Amino acid sequence: MKISERWLREWVDPPVSAEALAEQLTMAGLEVEACHTVGGQLDGVVVGQIVSVEQHPNANKLRVCQVSDGSDTLQVVCGAPNARAGLKVPFATVGAVLPGGTEIKTAKLRDVDSHGMLCARAELGLGETSDGLWELPQDAALGQLLAGYFGLPDKVLDIDLTPNRSDCLGLAGVAREVGVLNKLAVAGPAIQPVAPTIDDAFPVSVQAAADCPRYVGRVLRNVDLSRATPLWMQERLRRAGVRSIDAAVDVTNYVMLELGQPMHAFDLDRLDQGIVVRQAKHNETLTLLDEQTLTLNDNCLLIADHAKPLALAGIMGGVDSGVSTTTQHLFLEAAFFSPLPIAGRARAYGLHTESSHRFERGVDSQLQKLAIERATRLLLDIVGGEAGPLIEVVSAEHVPVAAPIELRRARIGKILGFELADAEVEDILQRLGLTLQSTADGWRVIAPSFRFDLAIEADLLEELARVYGYNNFPSRNLRAPQRFKRSAESALPVADIKRQMLARGYQEAITYSFIDPGLQAQFDPATKPVRLANPISSEMSVMRTSLLPGLVQALAYNIARQQQRVRLFEAGQRFVRSTEGLRQDNMLAGVSCGSRWANEWANERAPLDFYDVKGDVESLLSLTGQRQDYRFEAAEHPALHPGQTAALYLQGEQIGVIGALHPRLVSENDLSGEIYVFEISLQALLQGILPSYGKISKFPEVQRDLAILVDKNVESSIVSSDVREIAGEQLTDMTIFDVYDGQGIAPSKKSLGLSLTLQNHSRTLAEQEVNKCLDKIVASLEQKFGATLRN
Amino acid sequence: MNDLEGLVLQARAAIDVAADPAALDSVRVDYLGKKGKITALLKGLGKLSADQRPAAGAAINTAKQSLQEQIAEHKSVLQSAVLATRLAGEKIDVTLPGRGQSTAGLHPVTRTIERIESIFRNIGFDVAEGPEIEDDYHNFSALNMPEHHPARAMQDTFYIDSNTVLRTHTSPVQVRVMEASEPPICIICPGRVYRSDSPDLTHTPMFHQVEGLLIDEGISFAHLKGTIESFLQVYFENEELVVRFRPSYFPFTEPSAEVDIGCVMCSGTGCRVCSHTGWLEVLGCGMVHPKVLEYSNIDSERYSGFAFGMGADRLAMLRYGIDDARLLFDNDLKFLRQFA
Repeated sequence: MKISERWLREWVDPPVSAEALAEQLTMAGLEVEACHTVGGQLDGVVVGQIVSVEQHPNANKLRVCQVSDGSDTLQVVCGAPNARAGLKVPFATVGAVLPGGTEIKTAKLRDVDSHGMLCARAELGLGETSDGLWELPQDAALGQLLAGYFGLPDKVLDIDLTPNRSDCLGLAGVAREVGVLNKLAVAGPAIQPVAPTIDDAFPVSVQAAADCPRYVGRVLRNVDLSRATPLWMQERLRRAGVRSIDAAVDVTNYVMLELGQPMHAFDLDRLDQGIVVRQAKHNETLTLLDEQTLTLNDNCLLIADHAKPLALAGIMGGVDSGVSTTTQHLFLEAAFFSPLPIAGRARAYGLHTESSHRFERGVDSQLQKLAIERATRLLLDIVGGEAGPLIEVVSAEHVPVAAPIELRRARIGKILGFELADAEVEDILQRLGLTLQSTADGWRVIAPSFRFDLAIEADLLEELARVYGYNNFPSRNLRAPQRFKRSAESALPVADIKRQMLARGYQEAITYSFIDPGLQAQFDPATKPVRLANPISSEMSVMRTSLLPGLVQALAYNIARQQQRVRLFEAGQRFVRSTEGLRQDNMLAGVSCGSRWANEWANERAPLDFYDVKGDVESLLSLTGQRQDYRFEAAEHPALHPGQTAALYLQGEQIGVIGALHPRLVSENDLSGEIYVFEISLQALLQGILPSYGKISKFPEVQRDLAILVDKNVESSIVSSDVREIAGEQLTDMTIFDVYDGQGIAPSKKSLGLSLTLQNHSRTLAEQEVNKCLDKIVASLEQKFGATLRN
Repeated sequence: MNDLEGLVLQARAAIDVAADPAALDSVRVDYLGKKGKITALLKGLGKLSADQRPAAGAAINTAKQSLQEQIAEHKSVLQSAVLATRLAGEKIDVTLPGRGQSTAGLHPVTRTIERIESIFRNIGFDVAEGPEIEDDYHNFSALNMPEHHPARAMQDTFYIDSNTVLRTHTSPVQVRVMEASEPPICIICPGRVYRSDSPDLTHTPMFHQVEGLLIDEGISFAHLKGTIESFLQVYFENEELVVRFRPSYFPFTEPSAEVDIGCVMCSGTGCRVCSHTGWLEVLGCGMVHPKVLEYSNIDSERYSGFAFGMGADRLAMLRYGIDDARLLFDNDLKFLRQFA
């Protein structure tokens, strides 16, 4: 809502600057976003009149004008095509400085003296148009300072109103607020009922009384819409950001800006028999003032006549019944529509108008007659004509009635945290226009019709706090409720997991949760992702079912920017439809590429491989204290290399995947080389175990190495679990210290070097026992996997 | 005796010139070894008369002891020299970088959220999280925003279908906690939220909020003010930070406030970041609306509470001087590494 300071001060004039006023309003909850000066410095610019125009002797496009400033006639060279004798124009006299900084001096233009400048609107900072001189009305007093003629200086306060304060969507509301804050009386223009001079009524039938509890109208005959809107009104509209159209539209807009009541003017000759306020029928069509044709739903309130829809009630008029310069007779409308039937309708049709903005937030239900009287008076003054009697159709049972609100004295201290004296409470509420009645424990309060936002006690508490000033009452230290919090020691904090990733060199990334459907399909073709109904772009239109596509994209972004070694991880939700409904799982995922170590003097030069990333993942599993409970198994995944992919299991349930990105995806994403990825359920990772002590053996341990040859496709995990099973609890540790294939070994075989540590709890292991155990192991491996000892 | 003195002088000279531990040891063997010259003198004592023997023996032993001491002393000097030589040869360039993986850093938004969490945990708040795809009820209706409420237009919502949205704030988590527990409730809810704003310097269609909720008996707006003021002063590590409360409107709180702080970039003198106002809007808050309490079956006569919400991305941008919100989700390593 843009408010002219000068206009506001006609209603209420506190002795403070515009900036201080803006601050007051902001601190009372009407946030003034900006306070602009209207136009610029206009000293030395007067209303001038062109006396005569002659062609410039040396230039085709220039004219030599004699211009009167009221006392003298001066010669001015001017290039504007619309310069003509008799025209009244803004005349910047010598010495004036225009808003752009141009200083007006006596000059010679192609050898002809020029004593000043005739101006266009834009040159004065008073409008956009700069095509030609600004043609001022003939009644502008010659020689008058343009600033004074134009209601300058002035400032515009741009107020960003919250949805609850639609009472301030009119100057009157803001003025009331200023009055409250400054303890001043507020007085707008006196609005008297206009006595009808004709008795033309027009039938109005309201079939949807609940949605339109009050409809006020009036016939105005024999108006002359060729007459221009007076400059002062045009200017006030302009300062409020409203374009001037014609007198009828301008007056309805003016009254809306002044009082907050949206209005509409119909061309009476285009209305068939009478007004009908009704619900739309399904598939009815209506062409609006902006010339788009809507096909209507049946849940939409219409202003119609007996033959056709005329307007979307409270939203926008139709083009067929709108006024034009040839309109002779008007039908004016000021209605009260209930907020609910209007709310959402405008948006449903992709519309948002000054009118719908107000009606869906709420309009004073008692304002309609006043608005019609105000508009009638203004129209009669501007376009003449004759007014019929005021027509009102009201459904009293649907007009909102302010119910009394009980305000309890005790609640003020309890909710606001400070005591307000009764006198202060009463003063604030009365200044706001509320009527009070004392009760045993406080007050019974009735809000005026324009404060329809006040309905419950909390609303009144807010008013008290707001007017008293949020910053004028105390702050208190909080004593948060003390209690012992339950927490599982075995639960791992996410922060620990993240820090482990950092320690392994993975930089944390945050990628968008919505991604490109094509990218999504590359990684998870089998799942139908959740799709946004209204994405901002197709590249951000489906919810990810995995964190990997976004991370791979981020990796590609960095590769494209000369990064060679990239390690990124992300923790976040993925969204998968399942039979139980939509699952939103917290996942941890990582991507990496490039060399194993940074290219530094001390580091070995080697490319990253699967086992680097597996090591990173295992370091996370170790944090849980139950690394041995996790199992990796060769697996397949649509986005991963078929021979370099493992699924991660915990207690039989798959909780993650790790592998090399499929070469097809590598090239489809304009990448190259090996890229390794993993994705694990964060939920599963966060569940650790409580440590439990096991006795330490006092007896010496024995370490033995075993080198066996097995077929290449025998997985090491099967071998080691067999060894563990056979050796039993004496085996306290086992590592695979070597894996070898190549020279010296049959091509189908590989050699596994196992290092076993054996120890007994109750005695020193004898050499024979150890040998026996190893023999059993070798025999078992031989039997199950065809393993042989390597010599 | 002259023999002894002569030998001792010889031995002393030999010890002094021994250049390394091996040479020194051969000197020792020469004089004090089993077949050494001094040892030989001891062996010759038997030829002396009984009355000469004690004095001569004592003299030899004194000489022997004195030579042993001299040898030990010289040995220690020689060993130090050897060690010094070895150490000199083992000198390395300690300024070369160390081996291994370099540690990476958290995303600046995570850093910020962790900091906010830790500040609130310290005074007894718990952290709660919830789904990002929400139903209309939890995102709007239960927060006193029925269908077609104009406040819904304040938040441009991403829809999945007419009843399912990407949450526009983390308030639905608060609703879920209120539904599932009894006061006192004392939580903060960090997480991703979504609004259909096209990306620009200050907007991204996904961002992060940290919201807080405290419900107990006797909680007032004055407590809210005290909590927010202290939090912001602690967060920005500035006890003098100016904090002001402006009346505002949220359907789920009443009274509601926007909170401004004196611009942390220009200390309130006016700059581009604060649009030359000297103030930065950092947080919205208010007393929980009685209807919101009632929706979650909390007795609004007995209990009261406050709620607040802030943009973690915005706080991160202010704190680290990031001038373009889009950088947060480009994941450019040159950007991310600055927060390691």
